[in-house]
Amino acid sequence: MTTTTTGTTGAASTTGATTATCTTLRGRLTALGRAEVVLLARNRTAVFVALLMPAAMVLAMKSTLKQSVLDGTGLSVAAAALTGGIGIVLIQAIYMNLVSAYVARREDLVLKRLRTGEVTDWEILIGTALPSVALALAQTAVIVAAGTAFFGLAAPRRPELLLAGLLLGVVLLAALAAATSAVTRTVQTSQLTTLPLFFISMMGSGLFVPLEIMPDPMASVCELLPVTGVMRLVRTGWLGGAEGSDLLVAALTGLAWTAFAVFAVKRRFRWDPRR
Amino acid sequence: MTSDDIPSNRADRAANRAADWAVACTTSASAATSGPASASGAVIEATGVRRRYAGGFEAVAGVSFSVARGELFALLGTNGAGKTSTVELLEGLAGPDAGTVRVLGHDPFRERAAVRPRMGVMLQEGGFPSELTVTETVRMWAGCTSGARPPGEALELVGLTHRARVRVKQLSGGERRRLDLALALLGRPEVLFLDEPTTGLDAEGRRDTWELVRALRDGGTTVLLTTHYLEEAETLADQLAIMHQGRVVTAGTTAEVTAARPARIRFELPQGVPAARLPLGLRAAAEGRLIEIRTHRLQESLGELLIWARESDVRLLGLDARSATLEEAFLDIAQSASESEKVAA
Repeated sequence: MTTTTTGTTGAASTTGATTATCTTLRGRLTALGRAEVVLLARNRTAVFVALLMPAAMVLAMKSTLKQSVLDGTGLSVAAAALTGGIGIVLIQAIYMNLVSAYVARREDLVLKRLRTGEVTDWEILIGTALPSVALALAQTAVIVAAGTAFFGLAAPRRPELLLAGLLLGVVLLAALAAATSAVTRTVQTSQLTTLPLFFISMMGSGLFVPLEIMPDPMASVCELLPVTGVMRLVRTGWLGGAEGSDLLVAALTGLAWTAFAVFAVKRRFRWDPRR
Repeated sequence: MTSDDIPSNRADRAANRAADWAVACTTSASAATSGPASASGAVIEATGVRRRYAGGFEAVAGVSFSVARGELFALLGTNGAGKTSTVELLEGLAGPDAGTVRVLGHDPFRERAAVRPRMGVMLQEGGFPSELTVTETVRMWAGCTSGARPPGEALELVGLTHRARVRVKQLSGGERRRLDLALALLGRPEVLFLDEPTTGLDAEGRRDTWELVRALRDGGTTVLLTTHYLEEAETLADQLAIMHQGRVVTAGTTAEVTAARPARIRFELPQGVPAARLPLGLRAAAEGRLIEIRTHRLQESLGELLIWARESDVRLLGLDARSATLEEAFLDIAQSASESEKVAA
C-alpha cells in the first residue's frame, strides 16, 4: 500500500487505517460523557434545578410532616424526609434532566449524527446519561452524609441494599427518561410530559408521603408504582426494617418496570426529530 | 419518523451482537490493503432499493447503481427526488423495504459495526450540541472514531483552525458545514458520504471543499455526494445519476448524460424578418423575435444557419450556441417528467 499525501495536510491519506487504533467501549463512553459534562455545566438552569430542588423539597417535607402522623411507623421526620430526598434526586437529576437532554440532542440532530459513527445505540443513550447519573449519586452521598452528621440518623444499616436500590433506580429512571423522550416534542414540553411520573412518584411511591401512613388498599396499589420498589430498597438499605419477602417484591417490581422501560426504548425511541 | 428507524430490528440486534468491535476494526485495517470488498469490485452497491415512509409515501422506488473503489459518484435530483432518503439507506441509518444495499461488501444497516469504522458521513444537516466549542466537538467525535486524526489536523483540513474555540452556535452555516466535513474525515475513511456538502458555503468555500474532496478521491477514497449544484457534479463527478420521484432517470459520466441531449442555438431576428424565413431544416422555436434551435448536430445546424444569414443578409443578434450542459440535461429531465405527470393526471 502506498502512502499518498496531498499538499502539507495529508488530506488524501487513507493509509491511516492500517495503523488505526481501534476505539474501545470505555473510550467512546468517556468521549460522550465528557461532552455531556461540559454541556450540563453550561446549562445553568439544569444544574440549578438539579442541585437546589432536592434540598428545597427535603426542607419542605421536613417542615410539613408531623411526627404524630408517623407514630407507629418507626420513621422519624428526618428519616422520612431524607430518604424521600434520595428519591427526589433520582427523579430530578436523572429522569427530568435526561428527558430534556435526550429531546434536545434529538431535535438538534445530534443523535442522528452520532448514529452515523461507530458508537452503538445503547452507548449513545448511556453516554448521554453519565453526567446526570454521576450528579445524582454525588447528591445521594451528600444526603446520606448530612443525615448521619446533622440529622441524627444512623449510618446506612445495609449499604449493599442501598447501593442495589440506587443502581436499580438509576437504570430504571434513565430508561424511563429515554422512553418519555419519545413522546416529547420539544425541550419545553418535556416539563409537561415528565409531570405524571413526577407526581405519581411524589404521592404514591413514598417520596413525599410514606406508604406506611396510607390506608392498606391504597398502599398495596402504590406498591406497584414504578419507583416504589426502588424507594423501599433505598429506605431499607439506609434505615433497616423491611424483611425478605417485602424486599423481593420491591426488587421484582423495580426490575419489571425497568424491563418494561427498556423494551419501550427499544421499540419506540426516536433518533430523528419529530417533524 | 418511520418504523425502520427503530434500532430494535431483530436482525440488527443479532448482527450487532455478533460483530465484535475489535474484530471489525482489525478487519478494516486488512481490508484497506486488500482492494475491492465485493466480488464485482464495487464499494457501494444498491440493487432495486425501495424505501417507504410511515404514511405510505415511497421516497425511493427501486434504485440501483454501484460505485467503484476510488470513484466519485454524484447523486443529483430535484428537491424531494429521494436523494437523501437513498443516501440514508447507504449510510445504514435505516434498512431498505426492498432490495439490497452493500457498502464495502457489508449490509450497512445490519452490519453497522463492520462498516462504520471505515466510512465517513456528512448528513444534509449536521447535528452538534450548540453549546460545545468546535474543538470540544471534534474531540468528542475523535473519542468515538477509530484511528482519528488529531483534532487540530482535522480543523486545518477544512480551514476552521481560527474558529477552534468558538461555540458551535456562533458558527455561520458555511462554517458548520466545514465542521461537519472535518468530522466526516476524522477517521480517514475509505468511503465518504457527503449529503449536500457545499450548501450554505460561499463561492470560495465551495472551491476549497471541491479541492479537498478531489484530493481525497485522488488518494483513493470512494466518495458519494449529493448536490443541488450541477456545476459541482460536473466538476467533481466521475459518474453521476439523476433522480426524479424516487427513481434514477439518467446515469453515466457527464459526457454520457449530456450526449443524448440536444445542443442549443439562440439568437434574435431583426425587425421585419419573420421566423418563417429561416431554413426549413432547422427545428426552430420562436418567441416573438427570439429564436431557439435545438439540434443534435450543432456544427451542421450552425453552419446552415450562418450560411443562410449571410446569403439573406440577416444580422443575428446575441447569437449564442452551446453544447448540452448538465444543467440542460437536468432541466430537461425535470421538465419532461413533470409534463408526463400532467399527461397522466
